[in-house]
Amino acid sequence: MAKRSSPEVNAGSMADIAFLLLIFFLVTTTIETDSGISRKLPPIDDSEEDVIIKQKNIFTVILNGKDQLLVEDEVMEIKDLREAAIKFLDNGGGVGEDKCYYCKGAENPKSSDNPDKAIISLKNERETTYATYISVQNELVAAYTFLRNRRSEELFRVSYTEMQKNYKDVNWPGNKTKLKEQITQLKKEYPQKLSEVK
Amino acid sequence: MSKFNNKKKGELPAVNTASLPDIVFMLLFFFMVATVMRDNTLNIKNELPFATQVEKLDKKDYIMYVYIGKPNDGYQELYGEEARIQLNDKISEVGDVQAFIYSERESKREELIPFLTTALKVDKNASMGIVGDVKQELRKANALKINYTTLNGDISKNSN
Repeated sequence: MAKRSSPEVNAGSMADIAFLLLIFFLVTTTIETDSGISRKLPPIDDSEEDVIIKQKNIFTVILNGKDQLLVEDEVMEIKDLREAAIKFLDNGGGVGEDKCYYCKGAENPKSSDNPDKAIISLKNERETTYATYISVQNELVAAYTFLRNRRSEELFRVSYTEMQKNYKDVNWPGNKTKLKEQITQLKKEYPQKLSEVK
Repeated sequence: MSKFNNKKKGELPAVNTASLPDIVFMLLFFFMVATVMRDNTLNIKNELPFATQVEKLDKKDYIMYVYIGKPNDGYQELYGEEARIQLNDKISEVGDVQAFIYSERESKREELIPFLTTALKVDKNASMGIVGDVKQELRKANALKINYTTLNGDISKNSN
């Protein structure tokens, strides 16, 4: 008689068990990560210090309770907002010290001096729907991103969005310190000055 | 030799399924690793709006969630039809937001505290009134980093 081998454990039900677990995890999985528009709220400070800002440097956006948009005292559709915001931010109407050497706007003396001084003021009412508010926020952020992208293409031949992506990418081979500097420079040239009125 | 003649000649041999568990286990591990368990049961409607200028929120431990929306059908009798706030598992008042932020801060590791972000998951049909109130409360609690959680898509899908 040949050498007797010990009987093998029946593994036929292993697949069933694994399937059961698999189905459980399939059902409970939510792979998508959250994404959204990041904002920073202004801290509450009690100092009643009034900062004087020239009217021409403020771009007022008002959303009323019926979701209608009023931009600089004119009724506007949301789709035109981005264009208008870009025109305002990139105007570069300043002279002397306020001169904006990288702007490509109309240099209208009645509009903003330079992107650093330009402030977008957003006001909404309690009845405004959230979806409209987000649409407006999105368009305003898009205006800033457009300008940063354009400037970045000029300076570094790569878009700002791409640079941000690279900065977050762990496997990106380039020099991150330099990249960070470039991003900071762009943020300084087109700072996001978006204030919300209470 | 009769032993070998038992097999019927014409039939196809059965497919070997010995590697099936391996394949299934591979899938299983993938889903186990990719799984994020939902920790909150929503008692409110939460249909997020769309936006294109989005940033990813990848580090889950940095985030505190505040949900806003209309109560679900079963809760409307109790809470009415206006948009409400949900913190953790229960529908809350605006005044509870600060306490929620403090207790969340307490539960996180100390070195994470400066990076904590509040994700506002607001239903697209909610009104800005309640969102403004929550934002005001967050300012009082000094939780200034917020993120309006949205889906990635064109804003034209927001209307209607």
